[in-house]
Amino acid sequence: MTVAVRVIPCLDVDAGRVVKGINFENLRDAGDPVELAERYDGQGADELTFLDVTASSAGRETTYDVVGRTAEQVFIPLTVGGGVRTVEDVDRLLRAGADKVGINTGAIARPAVITEIAERFGSQVLVLSADVRRSQHGNFEVTTHGGLKSTDLDAIEWCARAARLGVGEILLNSMDADGTKDGFDLELIRAVRAEVDVPIIASGGAGHVQHFVHAVEAGADAVLAASVFHFGELTIGEVKDALRDAGHEVR
Amino acid sequence: MSKHVVVLDYGSGNVRSVVRMLERVGAQVTLTADRQAAVRADGLYVPGVGAFHACMTGLRTAGGAEIIADRLRLGRPVLGVCVGFQVLFDGSTEPTSIQPPPPGLGHFAGIVERLDAPVVPHMGWSNVTPAPGSRLFDGVRDERFYFVHSYAARRLDASRIGGEPVVTTAEHGTSFVAAIEDGALAGTQFHPEKSGDAGAQLVDNWLRTL
Repeated sequence: MTVAVRVIPCLDVDAGRVVKGINFENLRDAGDPVELAERYDGQGADELTFLDVTASSAGRETTYDVVGRTAEQVFIPLTVGGGVRTVEDVDRLLRAGADKVGINTGAIARPAVITEIAERFGSQVLVLSADVRRSQHGNFEVTTHGGLKSTDLDAIEWCARAARLGVGEILLNSMDADGTKDGFDLELIRAVRAEVDVPIIASGGAGHVQHFVHAVEAGADAVLAASVFHFGELTIGEVKDALRDAGHEVR
Repeated sequence: MSKHVVVLDYGSGNVRSVVRMLERVGAQVTLTADRQAAVRADGLYVPGVGAFHACMTGLRTAGGAEIIADRLRLGRPVLGVCVGFQVLFDGSTEPTSIQPPPPGLGHFAGIVERLDAPVVPHMGWSNVTPAPGSRLFDGVRDERFYFVHSYAARRLDASRIGGEPVVTTAEHGTSFVAAIEDGALAGTQFHPEKSGDAGAQLVDNWLRTL
């Protein structure tokens, strides 16, 4: 009788198309996020995350359209992140059909925006997306620009502060583990778990079904992956079977 | 003849998802806060996303309190969802900068309180325990529904609708009220419109009661 571990595929969307490779069989249009979202819904995904990596404003407009078309077809929660800086940005995404909104650089630039958004729409709408890497000093630091730029923010302190300011959930992405397929950064998950009581979504490093189990046992409430799902290396069902076999509740 | 449902438009909620889910199960849907249309419709769906007191303020400003009261007086079905369910209670302990904090609509006796669990918000898919005689959960077995909330009513203290309330519970740390069916008034703490096929079944069940 506890809440199920959520398994969440992540789609990077650029100007209305999914980027990072997709290698599904029988997918008519490999880059269409709406089609991919429907497919993951059919496979039992518990939630979907769109990361809008578009740089141009014209591309952003396309993303609103993608979010809207997805919400028309898919009846599971949809989180959209990328470029969110103001309460108005959140309002637009929610109106387009998003259920939750991810914030990253916008919150680092001006942490007060977290509280502004939470007071207007509630904490549950706001996901802090933290791109974390291990620093030379042996601690975890928050980065921006896909791990390229350091912020000098201690990641554990930043997550705790963001939770106090009002985020309802933390998408914890390890830049060190991302793409390695060697497993999630369990030490990072444990460190954040010890400091925050909002849900944690583990991201970065998934390559094997047992990796998801380990992330949950380190304290993650949800697990997110992109390429292993896109390339068909693992299915949502296989991940859920492994979690279930390990004694965790899944939908 | 498909049922006509008004989704109450008072500035709160993921109304687009709600409208789509109702259409999926065959309803004819209007998104409006027009009193006449909202009172006349076969069913009224009250969405709600966000903070209790902000939703309550929006609901009063849009005339939603009167619309709901009119419908209940006429015995016409109303379904409140998430914060749209919470506002049917007497009030909430959720902190707010709105002073004095507006009370709830008071159709259900009880207070909405913060969940007591190691991880809050309660975010994700949880089982519910449908009460015997539930029509909303008819045919729904071992299904999970999507919750996203930090506050909930622990219990229904009393019904002011005058029926025999059917109370469905769920657990997150402690037991809380996941749904109530009480005569014409029903509500769910979870989001049926985001609960996939199980949610569609529940919304379809509600339509059948209209």
